[in-house]
Amino acid sequence: MRQRTQTAYAFLTPYLLIFLAFWIWPIINSFWLSFLNTRSANWTFNPRMTWGRLLVDPAFANALQNTLVILVIQVPIMIALATVLATLLNSPALKVRGLFRFAFFAPVVVGEVAYAAMFRLLFNEFGIINKMLAGIGLTTIPWLSDPNAAMAVIIIALTWRWAGYNAIIILAGLQSIPEDVYEAATLDGVSKVRQFFFMTLPLLKPVILLCVVLSVIGTMQLFSEPFLITNRGGPGQATETLGLFLYRQGFNAFNFGYASAVAYTIAALAIAISLLNLWLGRERE
Amino acid sequence: MSGRSSAQRRRNILLHAALAPLALIWLFPLWMMFIFSTMDDNGIFSPHVVLTPSTHFLENFNALEADTGFIRATTISILVATAYTLLSVTLTSMAGWALASYRFVGKGVVLATILGTLTLPYFVVVIPQFIMVARDFHLDNTWFALIVPPLFNSLGVLFMRQSFAMMPSELFDAARVEGVKEWRIFLYVAVPLARPTLAALSIILFLHSWNNYLWPLLINSQPAMMTAPVALGSLIGLTKVSWGGIMTGAVILTAPMLVLFVTLQRHFIAGISAGAVK
Repeated sequence: MRQRTQTAYAFLTPYLLIFLAFWIWPIINSFWLSFLNTRSANWTFNPRMTWGRLLVDPAFANALQNTLVILVIQVPIMIALATVLATLLNSPALKVRGLFRFAFFAPVVVGEVAYAAMFRLLFNEFGIINKMLAGIGLTTIPWLSDPNAAMAVIIIALTWRWAGYNAIIILAGLQSIPEDVYEAATLDGVSKVRQFFFMTLPLLKPVILLCVVLSVIGTMQLFSEPFLITNRGGPGQATETLGLFLYRQGFNAFNFGYASAVAYTIAALAIAISLLNLWLGRERE
Repeated sequence: MSGRSSAQRRRNILLHAALAPLALIWLFPLWMMFIFSTMDDNGIFSPHVVLTPSTHFLENFNALEADTGFIRATTISILVATAYTLLSVTLTSMAGWALASYRFVGKGVVLATILGTLTLPYFVVVIPQFIMVARDFHLDNTWFALIVPPLFNSLGVLFMRQSFAMMPSELFDAARVEGVKEWRIFLYVAVPLARPTLAALSIILFLHSWNNYLWPLLINSQPAMMTAPVALGSLIGLTKVSWGGIMTGAVILTAPMLVLFVTLQRHFIAGISAGAVK
Protein backbone atom coordinates (compact mmCIF):
# COMPACT_ATOMS: atom_id res chain seq x y z
CA MET A 1 0.00 0.00 0.00
CA ARG A 2 1.44 3.33 -0.98
CA GLN A 3 1.74 6.56 0.91
CA ARG A 4 -0.72 8.93 -0.80
CA THR A 5 -1.85 11.43 1.79
CA GLN A 6 -3.29 13.89 -0.73
CA THR A 7 -5.31 11.34 -2.66
CA ALA A 8 -6.57 9.79 0.54
CA TYR A 9 -7.83 13.09 1.92
CA ALA A 10 -9.48 13.94 -1.39
CA PHE A 11 -11.64 10.85 -0.86
CA LEU A 12 -12.03 11.30 2.89
CA THR A 13 -12.74 15.01 3.29
CA PRO A 14 -16.45 15.15 2.39
CA TYR A 15 -17.29 12.49 4.95
CA LEU A 16 -14.86 13.81 7.55
CA LEU A 17 -16.44 17.28 7.46
CA ILE A 18 -19.87 15.83 8.27
CA PHE A 19 -18.38 13.46 10.83
CA LEU A 20 -16.58 16.29 12.63
CA ALA A 21 -19.51 18.74 12.49
CA PHE A 22 -22.33 16.38 13.48
CA TRP A 23 -20.62 13.72 15.58
CA ILE A 24 -17.23 14.65 17.06
CA TRP A 25 -17.96 18.30 17.84
CA PRO A 26 -21.36 17.47 19.47
CA ILE A 27 -19.68 14.80 21.62
CA ILE A 28 -17.25 17.40 22.97
CA ASN A 29 -19.81 20.20 23.13
CA SER A 30 -22.29 18.08 25.02
CA PHE A 31 -19.66 17.25 27.64
CA TRP A 32 -18.96 20.95 28.13
CA LEU A 33 -22.70 21.75 28.21
CA SER A 34 -23.19 19.25 31.01
CA PHE A 35 -21.34 21.64 33.34
CA LEU A 36 -23.33 24.75 32.38
CA ASN A 37 -26.39 26.23 33.96
CA THR A 38 -28.48 26.74 30.82
CA ARG A 39 -31.55 28.04 32.59
CA SER A 40 -30.24 31.58 32.86
CA ALA A 41 -29.94 34.00 29.93
CA ASN A 42 -26.15 33.65 30.00
CA TRP A 43 -24.97 30.07 30.24
CA THR A 44 -22.53 29.96 33.16
CA PHE A 45 -20.32 27.23 34.58
CA ASN A 46 -22.31 25.68 37.42
CA PRO A 47 -22.12 21.88 37.65
CA ARG A 48 -24.23 21.98 40.80
CA MET A 49 -27.21 22.71 38.54
CA THR A 50 -26.51 19.68 36.36
CA TRP A 51 -24.36 16.89 37.82
CA GLY A 52 -25.24 18.01 41.34
CA ARG A 53 -28.94 17.94 40.55
CA LEU A 54 -28.73 14.40 39.15
CA LEU A 55 -27.83 13.11 42.59
CA VAL A 56 -30.90 14.57 44.30
CA ASP A 57 -33.56 14.59 41.56
CA PRO A 58 -36.23 11.96 42.40
CA ALA A 59 -37.55 12.09 38.80
CA PHE A 60 -34.10 11.08 37.52
CA ALA A 61 -33.85 8.30 40.11
CA ASN A 62 -37.25 7.04 39.00
CA ALA A 63 -36.27 7.06 35.31
CA LEU A 64 -32.99 5.29 36.11
CA GLN A 65 -34.78 2.64 38.13
CA ASN A 66 -37.39 2.01 35.41
CA THR A 67 -34.69 1.71 32.77
CA LEU A 68 -32.71 -0.79 34.85
CA VAL A 69 -35.84 -2.84 35.58
CA ILE A 70 -36.60 -3.08 31.86
CA LEU A 71 -32.95 -3.92 31.16
CA VAL A 72 -32.71 -6.67 33.76
CA ILE A 73 -35.98 -8.35 32.74
CA GLN A 74 -36.20 -7.76 29.01
CA VAL A 75 -32.64 -8.32 27.76
CA PRO A 76 -32.16 -11.85 29.22
CA ILE A 77 -35.61 -12.99 28.06
CA MET A 78 -35.06 -11.64 24.57
CA ILE A 79 -31.52 -13.00 24.16
CA ALA A 80 -32.57 -16.47 25.38
CA LEU A 81 -35.52 -16.44 23.00
CA ALA A 82 -33.36 -15.22 20.11
CA THR A 83 -30.83 -18.00 20.75
CA VAL A 84 -33.55 -20.66 20.75
CA LEU A 85 -35.16 -19.15 17.64
CA ALA A 86 -31.87 -19.04 15.77
CA THR A 87 -31.12 -22.67 16.67
CA LEU A 88 -34.55 -23.88 15.58
CA LEU A 89 -34.49 -21.79 12.38
CA ASN A 90 -31.09 -23.29 11.59
CA SER A 91 -32.39 -26.85 11.78
CA PRO A 92 -32.06 -28.62 8.40
CA ALA A 93 -35.35 -30.46 9.03
CA LEU A 94 -37.37 -27.23 9.14
CA LYS A 95 -40.21 -26.99 6.60
CA VAL A 96 -41.62 -23.71 5.22
CA ARG A 97 -38.44 -22.04 6.44
CA GLY A 98 -39.20 -18.85 4.49
CA LEU A 99 -42.50 -18.32 6.29
CA PHE A 100 -40.92 -18.86 9.72
CA ARG A 101 -38.09 -16.49 8.92
CA PHE A 102 -40.58 -13.89 7.75
CA ALA A 103 -42.63 -14.20 10.95
CA PHE A 104 -39.67 -13.55 13.25
CA PHE A 105 -37.56 -11.23 11.10
CA ALA A 106 -40.32 -8.97 9.74
CA PRO A 107 -40.52 -6.82 12.93
CA VAL A 108 -36.97 -5.66 12.16
CA VAL A 109 -38.24 -3.48 9.30
CA VAL A 110 -41.27 -2.10 11.16
CA GLY A 111 -40.70 1.50 12.27
CA GLU A 112 -40.94 2.63 15.88
CA VAL A 113 -44.04 4.75 15.34
CA ALA A 114 -45.99 2.10 13.44
CA TYR A 115 -45.26 -0.62 15.95
CA ALA A 116 -45.83 1.63 18.95
CA ALA A 117 -49.24 2.66 17.59
CA MET A 118 -50.11 -0.98 17.03
CA PHE A 119 -49.12 -2.14 20.52
CA ARG A 120 -50.93 0.79 22.09
CA LEU A 121 -54.08 -0.30 20.31
CA LEU A 122 -53.63 -4.03 20.98
CA PHE A 123 -53.27 -3.38 24.72
CA ASN A 124 -55.96 -0.70 24.90
CA GLU A 125 -58.38 -1.31 27.79
CA PHE A 126 -61.01 -2.22 25.19
CA GLY A 127 -58.45 -3.67 22.80
CA ILE A 128 -58.22 -7.10 21.28
CA ILE A 129 -55.88 -8.60 23.89
CA ASN A 130 -58.42 -7.91 26.64
CA LYS A 131 -61.25 -9.13 24.40
CA MET A 132 -59.38 -12.40 23.91
CA LEU A 133 -58.64 -12.71 27.65
CA ALA A 134 -62.32 -12.19 28.37
CA GLY A 135 -63.22 -14.62 25.59
CA ILE A 136 -61.36 -17.47 27.29
CA GLY A 137 -62.83 -16.59 30.67
CA LEU A 138 -59.89 -14.69 32.20
CA THR A 139 -60.09 -11.30 33.84
CA THR A 140 -59.12 -8.35 31.72
CA ILE A 141 -56.07 -6.30 32.65
CA PRO A 142 -55.92 -2.48 32.63
CA TRP A 143 -52.69 -2.73 30.63
CA LEU A 144 -51.90 0.92 30.18
CA SER A 145 -53.28 2.32 33.44
CA ASP A 146 -51.61 -0.12 35.85
CA PRO A 147 -47.92 0.65 36.50
CA ASN A 148 -46.70 -2.96 36.43
CA ALA A 149 -48.87 -3.95 33.49
CA ALA A 150 -47.64 -0.92 31.54
CA MET A 151 -44.05 -2.04 32.17
CA ALA A 152 -45.02 -5.50 30.95
CA VAL A 153 -46.43 -4.01 27.73
CA ILE A 154 -43.16 -2.15 27.09
CA ILE A 155 -41.20 -5.36 27.67
CA ILE A 156 -43.50 -7.41 25.43
CA ALA A 157 -43.35 -4.82 22.66
CA LEU A 158 -39.54 -4.60 22.83
CA THR A 159 -39.22 -8.36 22.74
CA TRP A 160 -41.50 -8.60 19.71
CA ARG A 161 -39.53 -5.91 17.89
CA TRP A 162 -35.96 -7.05 18.66
CA ALA A 163 -35.92 -10.84 19.20
CA GLY A 164 -35.72 -11.46 15.43
CA TYR A 165 -32.97 -8.89 15.00
CA ASN A 166 -30.84 -10.70 17.55
CA ALA A 167 -31.79 -14.07 16.07
CA ILE A 168 -30.40 -12.89 12.69
CA ILE A 169 -27.07 -12.07 14.32
CA ILE A 170 -26.96 -15.33 16.27
CA LEU A 171 -27.98 -17.28 13.16
CA ALA A 172 -25.00 -15.81 11.31
CA GLY A 173 -22.84 -17.01 14.22
CA LEU A 174 -24.40 -20.50 14.09
CA GLN A 175 -23.77 -20.81 10.38
CA SER A 176 -20.08 -20.12 10.90
CA ILE A 177 -19.75 -23.22 13.14
CA PRO A 178 -18.37 -26.03 10.95
CA GLU A 179 -20.70 -29.02 10.40
CA ASP A 180 -18.12 -31.68 11.17
CA VAL A 181 -18.00 -30.64 14.84
CA TYR A 182 -21.56 -31.93 15.15
CA GLU A 183 -21.05 -34.96 12.93
CA ALA A 184 -18.30 -36.21 15.22
CA ALA A 185 -20.45 -35.64 18.32
CA THR A 186 -23.45 -37.39 16.75
CA LEU A 187 -21.28 -40.39 15.87
CA ASP A 188 -20.13 -40.50 19.49
CA GLY A 189 -23.78 -40.65 20.55
CA VAL A 190 -23.99 -37.20 22.14
CA SER A 191 -27.65 -36.15 22.27
CA LYS A 192 -28.85 -33.04 20.40
CA VAL A 193 -29.76 -31.32 23.67
CA ARG A 194 -26.31 -31.92 25.13
CA GLN A 195 -24.76 -30.78 21.85
CA PHE A 196 -26.69 -27.52 22.19
CA PHE A 197 -25.62 -26.83 25.77
CA PHE A 198 -22.04 -28.09 25.66
CA MET A 199 -21.00 -27.28 22.09
CA THR A 200 -23.26 -24.71 20.45
CA LEU A 201 -23.66 -22.31 23.38
CA PRO A 202 -19.93 -22.07 24.22
CA LEU A 203 -19.12 -21.53 20.52
CA LEU A 204 -21.81 -18.85 20.29
CA LYS A 205 -20.68 -16.99 23.38
CA PRO A 206 -18.92 -14.12 21.59
CA VAL A 207 -21.95 -13.52 19.34
CA ILE A 208 -24.38 -13.67 22.27
CA LEU A 209 -22.21 -11.24 24.23
CA LEU A 210 -22.30 -8.90 21.25
CA CYS A 211 -26.10 -9.08 21.23
CA VAL A 212 -26.19 -8.36 24.96
CA VAL A 213 -23.96 -5.31 24.55
CA LEU A 214 -26.01 -3.95 21.63
CA SER A 215 -29.21 -4.53 23.61
CA VAL A 216 -27.83 -2.78 26.68
CA ILE A 217 -26.88 0.26 24.61
CA GLY A 218 -30.32 0.27 22.98
CA THR A 219 -32.23 -0.15 26.24
CA MET A 220 -30.34 2.66 27.93
CA GLN A 221 -31.67 4.97 25.19
CA LEU A 222 -35.25 3.72 25.22
CA PHE A 223 -37.50 6.58 24.13
CA SER A 224 -40.19 5.89 21.51
CA GLU A 225 -41.89 3.04 23.34
CA PRO A 226 -42.67 4.88 26.60
CA PHE A 227 -43.24 8.11 24.63
CA LEU A 228 -45.86 6.59 22.34
CA ILE A 229 -47.15 3.30 23.76
CA THR A 230 -47.58 4.34 27.39
CA ASN A 231 -48.30 7.99 26.61
CA ARG A 232 -45.22 9.90 27.82
CA GLY A 233 -44.08 7.34 30.39
CA GLY A 234 -47.46 6.77 32.01
CA PRO A 235 -49.37 5.93 34.02
CA GLY A 236 -47.93 8.81 36.06
CA GLN A 237 -44.17 8.34 35.67
CA ALA A 238 -44.34 4.55 35.96
CA THR A 239 -42.66 3.83 32.60
CA GLU A 240 -40.53 6.95 32.28
CA THR A 241 -37.09 5.91 31.03
CA LEU A 242 -33.79 7.77 30.95
CA GLY A 243 -34.29 8.52 27.24
CA LEU A 244 -37.72 10.02 27.86
CA PHE A 245 -36.44 11.96 30.89
CA LEU A 246 -33.66 13.42 28.75
CA TYR A 247 -36.19 14.36 26.06
CA ARG A 248 -38.33 16.19 28.60
CA GLN A 249 -35.41 18.06 30.12
CA GLY A 250 -33.80 18.89 26.79
CA PHE A 251 -36.72 19.56 24.51
CA ASN A 252 -39.71 20.40 26.71
CA ALA A 253 -37.89 22.38 29.41
CA PHE A 254 -34.99 23.32 27.07
CA ASN A 255 -32.60 22.75 29.95
CA PHE A 256 -29.72 21.69 27.68
CA GLY A 257 -27.10 21.56 30.44
CA TYR A 258 -29.03 19.18 32.64
CA ALA A 259 -30.09 17.06 29.66
CA SER A 260 -26.43 16.78 28.60
CA ALA A 261 -25.50 15.51 32.04
CA VAL A 262 -28.24 12.89 31.65
CA ALA A 263 -26.88 12.01 28.19
CA TYR A 264 -23.39 11.42 29.55
CA THR A 265 -24.83 9.39 32.41
CA ILE A 266 -26.60 7.20 29.84
CA ALA A 267 -23.34 6.79 27.91
CA ALA A 268 -21.33 6.00 31.05
CA LEU A 269 -23.89 3.44 32.24
CA ALA A 270 -24.11 1.81 28.80
CA ILE A 271 -20.33 1.47 28.65
CA ALA A 272 -20.04 0.26 32.25
CA ILE A 273 -22.78 -2.37 31.92
CA SER A 274 -21.37 -3.54 28.58
CA LEU A 275 -17.88 -3.90 30.05
CA LEU A 276 -19.31 -5.75 33.05
CA ASN A 277 -21.00 -8.20 30.68
CA LEU A 278 -17.83 -8.69 28.66
CA TRP A 279 -15.91 -9.25 31.89
CA LEU A 280 -18.44 -11.78 33.19
CA GLY A 281 -18.37 -13.59 29.85
CA ARG A 282 -14.59 -13.59 29.41
CA GLU A 283 -12.74 -16.80 28.65
CA ARG A 284 -11.60 -18.46 31.83
CA GLU A 285 -8.84 -20.92 31.31
CA MET B 1 -32.59 -48.03 11.71
CA SER B 2 -36.37 -47.60 11.92
CA GLY B 3 -36.01 -46.67 15.61
CA ARG B 4 -33.63 -43.92 14.78
CA SER B 5 -35.72 -42.46 11.99
CA SER B 6 -38.86 -42.49 14.13
CA ALA B 7 -36.96 -40.59 16.84
CA GLN B 8 -35.97 -38.14 14.17
CA ARG B 9 -39.60 -37.83 13.06
CA ARG B 10 -40.66 -37.12 16.61
CA ARG B 11 -38.01 -34.45 16.86
CA ASN B 12 -39.18 -32.86 13.62
CA ILE B 13 -42.77 -32.77 14.82
CA LEU B 14 -41.63 -31.24 18.09
CA LEU B 15 -39.62 -28.62 16.23
CA HIS B 16 -42.62 -27.50 14.20
CA ALA B 17 -44.98 -27.74 17.16
CA ALA B 18 -42.72 -25.36 19.07
CA LEU B 19 -42.13 -22.89 16.26
CA ALA B 20 -45.59 -22.69 14.67
CA PRO B 21 -47.51 -21.17 17.63
CA LEU B 22 -44.65 -18.77 18.31
CA ALA B 23 -44.66 -17.70 14.65
CA LEU B 24 -48.42 -17.09 14.83
CA ILE B 25 -47.96 -14.92 17.93
CA TRP B 26 -45.24 -12.98 16.14
CA LEU B 27 -47.38 -12.48 13.03
CA PHE B 28 -50.45 -11.49 15.04
CA PRO B 29 -49.60 -7.78 15.61
CA LEU B 30 -48.78 -7.25 11.92
CA TRP B 31 -51.92 -9.06 10.84
CA MET B 32 -54.04 -6.99 13.25
CA MET B 33 -52.42 -3.78 12.02
CA PHE B 34 -53.70 -4.66 8.57
CA ILE B 35 -57.15 -5.75 9.87
CA PHE B 36 -57.58 -2.59 11.96
CA SER B 37 -56.69 -0.45 8.95
CA THR B 38 -59.79 -1.84 7.23
CA MET B 39 -62.15 -1.28 10.18
CA ASP B 40 -63.94 1.83 11.40
CA ASP B 41 -63.55 2.72 15.07
CA ASN B 42 -66.85 1.04 15.98
CA GLY B 43 -65.43 -2.19 14.58
CA ILE B 44 -62.06 -1.80 16.31
CA PHE B 45 -63.65 -1.23 19.72
CA SER B 46 -66.62 -3.57 19.30
CA PRO B 47 -66.87 -6.26 22.00
CA HIS B 48 -66.28 -9.03 19.45
CA VAL B 49 -62.97 -10.46 18.37
CA VAL B 50 -62.81 -10.06 14.59
CA LEU B 51 -59.73 -11.34 12.77
CA THR B 52 -60.82 -10.81 9.16
CA PRO B 53 -60.67 -7.63 7.05
CA SER B 54 -63.54 -5.20 6.70
CA THR B 55 -64.11 -2.54 4.02
CA HIS B 56 -63.18 0.84 5.53
CA PHE B 57 -59.60 1.26 4.32
CA LEU B 58 -60.33 4.22 2.03
CA GLU B 59 -62.49 5.93 4.65
CA ASN B 60 -59.66 5.49 7.14
CA PHE B 61 -57.18 6.87 4.68
CA ASN B 62 -59.33 9.95 4.15
CA ALA B 63 -59.61 10.44 7.92
CA LEU B 64 -55.82 10.14 8.22
CA GLU B 65 -55.27 12.60 5.38
CA ALA B 66 -57.68 15.06 7.04
CA ASP B 67 -55.99 14.64 10.43
CA THR B 68 -52.40 15.17 9.33
CA GLY B 69 -51.77 15.58 5.59
CA PHE B 70 -50.27 12.14 5.28
CA ILE B 71 -49.67 12.23 1.52
CA ARG B 72 -47.38 15.25 1.84
CA ALA B 73 -45.63 13.71 4.85
CA THR B 74 -45.06 10.44 2.99
CA THR B 75 -43.71 12.31 -0.03
CA ILE B 76 -41.27 14.14 2.24
CA SER B 77 -40.21 10.81 3.77
CA ILE B 78 -39.60 9.21 0.38
CA LEU B 79 -37.53 12.16 -0.86
CA VAL B 80 -35.54 12.44 2.37
CA ALA B 81 -34.80 8.71 2.58
CA THR B 82 -33.72 8.63 -1.09
CA ALA B 83 -31.47 11.68 -0.81
CA TYR B 84 -30.01 10.46 2.49
CA THR B 85 -29.26 7.02 1.07
CA LEU B 86 -27.58 8.36 -2.08
CA LEU B 87 -25.49 10.90 -0.18
CA SER B 88 -24.54 8.53 2.60
CA VAL B 89 -23.53 5.73 0.23
CA THR B 90 -21.40 8.19 -1.77
CA LEU B 91 -19.67 9.73 1.23
CA THR B 92 -19.06 6.50 3.10
CA SER B 93 -17.81 4.51 0.11
CA MET B 94 -15.32 7.26 -0.73
CA ALA B 95 -14.12 7.35 2.87
CA GLY B 96 -14.07 3.55 3.06
CA TRP B 97 -11.99 3.42 -0.14
CA ALA B 98 -9.43 5.89 1.27
CA LEU B 99 -9.11 3.88 4.49
CA ALA B 100 -8.82 0.57 2.63
CA SER B 101 -6.42 1.62 -0.15
CA TYR B 102 -3.84 4.13 1.03
CA ARG B 103 -1.32 4.76 3.75
CA PHE B 104 -1.56 8.38 4.81
CA VAL B 105 -0.74 10.78 7.61
CA GLY B 106 -3.44 10.63 10.29
CA LYS B 107 -4.96 7.31 9.18
CA GLY B 108 -4.58 5.77 12.63
CA VAL B 109 -6.25 8.75 14.28
CA VAL B 110 -9.20 8.71 11.87
CA LEU B 111 -9.79 4.98 12.30
CA ALA B 112 -9.38 5.05 16.06
CA THR B 113 -11.82 7.97 16.34
CA ILE B 114 -14.46 6.22 14.25
CA LEU B 115 -14.11 2.91 16.08
CA GLY B 116 -13.77 4.47 19.52
CA THR B 117 -16.97 6.49 19.27
CA LEU B 118 -19.02 3.95 17.31
CA THR B 119 -21.12 2.72 20.22
CA LEU B 120 -21.64 6.05 21.95
CA PRO B 121 -25.36 6.62 22.50
CA TYR B 122 -27.00 8.98 20.01
CA PHE B 123 -28.35 11.03 22.91
CA VAL B 124 -24.86 12.33 23.56
CA VAL B 125 -24.89 14.26 20.27
CA VAL B 126 -28.54 15.11 19.81
CA ILE B 127 -28.58 18.17 22.08
CA PRO B 128 -25.62 19.99 20.48
CA GLN B 129 -26.92 18.98 17.03
CA PHE B 130 -30.24 20.57 17.89
CA ILE B 131 -28.66 23.73 19.29
CA MET B 132 -26.43 24.07 16.23
CA VAL B 133 -29.05 23.40 13.56
CA ALA B 134 -32.12 24.99 15.12
CA ARG B 135 -30.74 27.77 17.32
CA ASP B 136 -27.42 28.85 15.83
CA PHE B 137 -28.24 28.47 12.14
CA HIS B 138 -32.07 28.55 12.22
CA LEU B 139 -32.22 25.61 9.84
CA ASP B 140 -35.04 23.78 11.60
CA ASN B 141 -37.96 22.78 9.37
CA THR B 142 -35.72 22.53 6.30
CA TRP B 143 -34.65 19.69 4.00
CA PHE B 144 -31.08 20.31 5.12
CA ALA B 145 -31.98 19.54 8.74
CA LEU B 146 -33.64 16.27 7.79
CA ILE B 147 -30.97 15.00 5.43
CA VAL B 148 -27.51 16.29 6.37
CA PRO B 149 -26.93 15.84 10.15
CA PRO B 150 -27.80 12.11 10.11
CA LEU B 151 -25.05 11.58 7.50
CA PHE B 152 -22.49 11.33 10.33
CA ASN B 153 -23.34 7.59 10.59
CA SER B 154 -19.97 5.81 10.35
CA LEU B 155 -21.25 2.27 9.96
CA GLY B 156 -21.09 2.57 6.16
CA VAL B 157 -17.45 3.68 6.26
CA LEU B 158 -16.39 0.51 8.05
CA PHE B 159 -18.68 -1.65 5.95
CA MET B 160 -17.28 -0.27 2.67
CA ARG B 161 -13.71 -0.27 3.93
CA GLN B 162 -13.98 -3.97 4.68
CA SER B 163 -15.50 -4.66 1.28
CA PHE B 164 -12.73 -2.78 -0.60
CA ALA B 165 -9.97 -4.27 1.55
CA MET B 166 -11.07 -7.79 0.62
CA MET B 167 -10.60 -7.13 -3.11
CA PRO B 168 -7.31 -8.33 -4.61
CA SER B 169 -5.02 -5.28 -4.79
CA GLU B 170 -3.28 -6.57 -7.97
CA LEU B 171 -6.45 -5.53 -9.76
CA PHE B 172 -5.94 -1.90 -8.86
CA ASP B 173 -2.16 -2.00 -9.22
CA ALA B 174 -2.51 -3.24 -12.79
CA ALA B 175 -4.65 -0.19 -13.56
CA ARG B 176 -2.14 2.07 -11.80
CA VAL B 177 0.69 0.73 -13.96
CA GLU B 178 -1.40 1.67 -16.98
CA GLY B 179 -1.52 5.21 -15.59
CA VAL B 180 -5.22 5.19 -14.71
CA LYS B 181 -6.14 7.96 -12.27
CA GLU B 182 -7.11 6.97 -8.72
CA TRP B 183 -10.66 8.33 -8.90
CA ARG B 184 -11.22 6.32 -12.10
CA ILE B 185 -9.94 3.15 -10.44
CA PHE B 186 -12.34 3.80 -7.57
CA LEU B 187 -15.32 4.58 -9.78
CA TYR B 188 -14.86 2.06 -12.60
CA VAL B 189 -13.06 -0.85 -10.95
CA ALA B 190 -13.71 -0.89 -7.22
CA VAL B 191 -17.31 0.38 -7.03
CA PRO B 192 -18.73 -2.13 -9.55
CA LEU B 193 -17.02 -4.94 -7.64
CA ALA B 194 -18.59 -3.73 -4.39
CA ARG B 195 -22.15 -3.90 -5.73
CA PRO B 196 -23.48 -6.52 -3.25
CA THR B 197 -22.13 -4.53 -0.31
CA LEU B 198 -23.51 -1.30 -1.75
CA ALA B 199 -26.92 -2.93 -2.11
CA ALA B 200 -26.96 -4.16 1.49
CA LEU B 201 -25.74 -0.80 2.77
CA SER B 202 -28.29 1.17 0.71
CA ILE B 203 -31.15 -0.93 2.02
CA ILE B 204 -30.12 -0.51 5.65
CA LEU B 205 -29.61 3.26 5.23
CA PHE B 206 -32.95 3.70 3.48
CA LEU B 207 -34.75 1.75 6.18
CA HIS B 208 -32.95 3.75 8.87
CA SER B 209 -33.99 7.06 7.33
CA TRP B 210 -37.54 5.95 6.52
CA ASN B 211 -38.17 4.91 10.12
CA ASN B 212 -36.14 7.66 11.81
CA TYR B 213 -38.28 9.31 14.45
CA LEU B 214 -36.48 11.25 17.19
CA TRP B 215 -34.39 13.65 15.09
CA PRO B 216 -37.18 14.60 12.62
CA LEU B 217 -39.52 14.99 15.62
CA LEU B 218 -37.14 17.46 17.25
CA ILE B 219 -36.02 19.40 14.24
CA ASN B 220 -39.05 19.52 11.90
CA SER B 221 -42.09 20.11 14.06
CA GLN B 222 -44.00 22.32 11.64
CA PRO B 223 -46.79 20.32 9.96
CA ALA B 224 -45.63 21.39 6.48
CA MET B 225 -42.22 19.73 6.97
CA MET B 226 -43.12 16.66 9.03
CA THR B 227 -41.96 13.24 7.88
CA ALA B 228 -44.51 10.42 7.83
CA PRO B 229 -43.47 8.83 11.18
CA VAL B 230 -43.59 12.24 12.89
CA ALA B 231 -46.99 13.04 11.37
CA LEU B 232 -48.34 9.66 12.44
CA GLY B 233 -46.79 9.94 15.91
CA SER B 234 -48.43 13.34 16.39
CA LEU B 235 -51.84 11.64 16.25
CA ILE B 236 -51.10 8.99 18.85
CA GLY B 237 -52.50 10.07 22.19
CA LEU B 238 -54.95 12.63 20.84
CA THR B 239 -58.45 12.02 22.13
CA LYS B 240 -60.46 12.88 19.01
CA VAL B 241 -58.66 10.82 16.43
CA SER B 242 -59.50 7.92 14.15
CA TRP B 243 -57.63 4.79 15.25
CA GLY B 244 -58.53 3.21 11.93
CA GLY B 245 -56.72 6.14 10.31
CA ILE B 246 -53.64 5.68 12.50
CA MET B 247 -53.51 1.99 11.62
CA THR B 248 -53.86 2.86 7.92
CA GLY B 249 -50.84 5.15 8.30
CA ALA B 250 -48.95 2.37 10.08
CA VAL B 251 -49.73 0.00 7.20
CA ILE B 252 -48.60 2.58 4.62
CA LEU B 253 -45.30 3.00 6.49
CA THR B 254 -44.77 -0.71 7.02
CA ALA B 255 -46.05 -2.51 3.91
CA PRO B 256 -43.44 -1.17 1.44
CA MET B 257 -40.63 -2.19 3.82
CA LEU B 258 -42.12 -5.68 4.21
CA VAL B 259 -42.28 -6.05 0.43
CA LEU B 260 -38.66 -4.89 0.16
CA PHE B 261 -37.71 -7.27 2.94
CA VAL B 262 -39.31 -10.25 1.25
CA THR B 263 -37.81 -9.49 -2.16
CA LEU B 264 -34.36 -8.47 -0.93
CA GLN B 265 -34.09 -10.62 2.19
CA ARG B 266 -30.52 -11.66 1.47
CA HIS B 267 -29.30 -8.05 1.39
CA PHE B 268 -31.27 -7.09 4.48
CA ILE B 269 -29.79 -9.94 6.46
CA ALA B 270 -26.29 -9.21 5.18
CA GLY B 271 -26.73 -5.59 6.21
CA ILE B 272 -28.05 -6.42 9.66
CA SER B 273 -25.40 -9.02 10.46
CA ALA B 274 -22.71 -6.62 9.23
CA GLY B 275 -24.23 -3.78 11.21
CA ALA B 276 -23.83 -5.86 14.31
CA VAL B 277 -20.32 -6.93 13.53
CA LYS B 278 -19.32 -3.30 12.89
